[in-house]
Amino acid sequence: MDTDHLGRPIVVVTGMGVLTSLGQGQADNWKALTNGTSGIRRISRFPVDGLRTTIAGTVDFVSVPEPSAPALSQRLAELVIEEAVSEAAIGSAGNFPGPLFLALPPVEMEWTQRFALANASGANDTVTYDDLIRAAGKGGFEPFYRRFLFGSVGEALADRFGTKGSPVATSTACASGGTAIQLGVEAIRRGETDAALVVGTDCSVNAESLVRFSLLSALSTRNDPPSSASRPFSKDREGFVMAEGAGALVLESLASARARGATVLGIMEGCGEVADGFHRTRSSPDGKPIIACMRAALADAGLEPDAIGYINAHGTGTPENDKMEWVGVSAVFGERATSIPMSSNKSMIGHSLTAAGAVEAIFTVLSIRNGVLPPTINYDIPDPALPVDCVPNVARSATVRHAISNSFGFGGQNVCLVLGAAG
Amino acid sequence: MAHERDALITGIGIVSSLGSGSDAHWQALNTFSPVLDTTSFPPFAVHPLAPLELDTQIPKRGDQRQMEMWQRMGVFSAGLALDSAGVKGNTDLLSKMGMIVAAGGGERDYAVDSAILSGYPKAANPDAYLNEHLLGDLRPTLFLAQLSNLLAGNISVVHGVIGSSRTFMGEEASGADAVRIACARIAAGQVDIMLVGGSYNAQRPDVLLHYAMGGLNRHAPFDPIWARQASGGGMSLGSVGCFLVIESRAHAAARGAGAYGHIAAIKTDRCRRGPGEATKNATAQLATMAGHFDPAGAAVISGASGAPAPTAEEAAFLANIGVPVRAVATALGHSLEPSFPASLAIAALAVKKGALFPPLEAAEQPMTAPLKQALVTSWGHWRGESLALVTAA
Repeated sequence: MDTDHLGRPIVVVTGMGVLTSLGQGQADNWKALTNGTSGIRRISRFPVDGLRTTIAGTVDFVSVPEPSAPALSQRLAELVIEEAVSEAAIGSAGNFPGPLFLALPPVEMEWTQRFALANASGANDTVTYDDLIRAAGKGGFEPFYRRFLFGSVGEALADRFGTKGSPVATSTACASGGTAIQLGVEAIRRGETDAALVVGTDCSVNAESLVRFSLLSALSTRNDPPSSASRPFSKDREGFVMAEGAGALVLESLASARARGATVLGIMEGCGEVADGFHRTRSSPDGKPIIACMRAALADAGLEPDAIGYINAHGTGTPENDKMEWVGVSAVFGERATSIPMSSNKSMIGHSLTAAGAVEAIFTVLSIRNGVLPPTINYDIPDPALPVDCVPNVARSATVRHAISNSFGFGGQNVCLVLGAAG
Repeated sequence: MAHERDALITGIGIVSSLGSGSDAHWQALNTFSPVLDTTSFPPFAVHPLAPLELDTQIPKRGDQRQMEMWQRMGVFSAGLALDSAGVKGNTDLLSKMGMIVAAGGGERDYAVDSAILSGYPKAANPDAYLNEHLLGDLRPTLFLAQLSNLLAGNISVVHGVIGSSRTFMGEEASGADAVRIACARIAAGQVDIMLVGGSYNAQRPDVLLHYAMGGLNRHAPFDPIWARQASGGGMSLGSVGCFLVIESRAHAAARGAGAYGHIAAIKTDRCRRGPGEATKNATAQLATMAGHFDPAGAAVISGASGAPAPTAEEAAFLANIGVPVRAVATALGHSLEPSFPASLAIAALAVKKGALFPPLEAAEQPMTAPLKQALVTSWGHWRGESLALVTAA
């Protein structure tokens, strides 16, 4: 059967590429993840003088000629797409047979460029935007214009990989990766395409982005040692750790994968999405949107909660998120909530923001495929209010047929994916 | 042939320099004279947002304070669209309504930026200076006014649209892809009713700076879109907020809702903009609509930006179609993300009225015959080609 319980094409994963602060590629990441290795480190990309948080899960081993968040995010995307497309062995070089759905951080000119314009303006006392505009009028800043178009990353990837149609770049804050996957799943289910390339990428740790989260008191300030800062579900958790990374998935209809003899790595069984109108940054205290989101994903997959054997938690390590995620999980899973393993990759890789949903979906597929659940590290002091089995500190073997991957974001964004074992 | 999964436009909310709401826009387009602010951002002109009574759509002052102008315009026009569709406050329906917002980023704190730019070169330790001032001077909530997805977030908070919430980024193409995917989801039964649109605040030094770097802003004289091509072209940005309620024919019928028009077809694509490539895309898109498109009684609502190369190429493509054309950016200014939804809204209004509004400049032909359908083009000033066909509902 190539169709699901609702008669729709079954959507499978046939290629994956991943890059995080733990390294490049599935093999290195999986090894580090199951060894409980932290990728969090002291920030070296820019001076941290005066900042409250001085650590992040930065990707320091990838460089580009003119660094900026979109340039680095694009480069990370290229690397993970190469891995995913190679594994899927789909299409031909520069000719991917389907559309691109890209989860991308919002694009904005950065201080490097503003300072360059200010310098070119010749203004020496007070520098205003009028001066910057005057400098821009002298010419020579066309590359800045191009780089900081919101469409620039998607267009560059479409040029390079030959994806079909208009590339869709999405931002649903920290749920973006999940949203991109959902867009790809829906396009295949509609029969618009046999395959879709889905990417989440985020390489945007810079002074201003760090300060923005810092001002919202969202970040851990436990700078010493950096590896201890991300503490999902622990009683002494105090915030998330910003991180960088990227994940790419080749999604394909099962019929198409079968026809070309591709290896099925996992099944995208269901997607759920419910927005929360309670507050811009906080979840409804009753957890209703999160509960409805997980239930919608299960219904979409045609599964009862009993079928789920593992939850890849959003698990940011903020006091609020982990509490609300537990509220949601305990409502959906009832008595089983305390016994379903639910671990947070973010304890090791930090919160890769826009990329997180894609990166963690890949780790969920690997968890099912390899029969090993990555741990939640830094789980030293259990929080009695959150009686989760977070796979504390050490990876665990487990046979899982169906798993959930949660992603929640500012702006009331909630996305839940249900992933299943191949075959 | 009517089908129950047809995508109908059942609500329109639009704000721009021409006013607030579809009636104000229809009137202004029929008695057009440009509304331009030539003094705030010299040497450029912008089409400034008409004054809005924000309280009518965003009743809580606290909500208004949490947003910057691009979000207020968007939330306001989304509210107009929900009112227009007769679904405002319908909690059950809104909890199932999907949403796709096309958005760029939000305003910066220009005073803080200016202070940092001024102080940084003189600071003993410039990097420490930057960190100190970002940490000390940025308002904590400014981030939420800047994040692309927080227009959608504010619509969820203020209007209660919570069935789904997706934000697309990428200038003109993001607005067209938002509508295309909304229509595809409706056609496939993945959703019954959607809110789709976006907003753009052109009265911002940072966005004018961006297009100044690209050498794309029009300088005086601020001629209409087609006329200005003889003197180098260029874009005059305009503040626009536009949302559409799009729903399946069956869903609209079940709740007794009227419709402005039917999105009979919509296509989006991209190319590297080599010579003739955009025309090739648009030609192929039009060919797929042959079964619906009837040049007798048709007009084109063009999203031409004024950027020289694509505007010239689109003009040639449109001349070949041979039906009357109106370039919306002459009236509204170019608005990037919401430009396609706004063109679609104007097309649907005209189809509903059965008449095209008069030419906006000498290069555009008058049309006295009844209007039965409208093609809507959106060629991005840099990339992306989109085409839709609106027919009577």
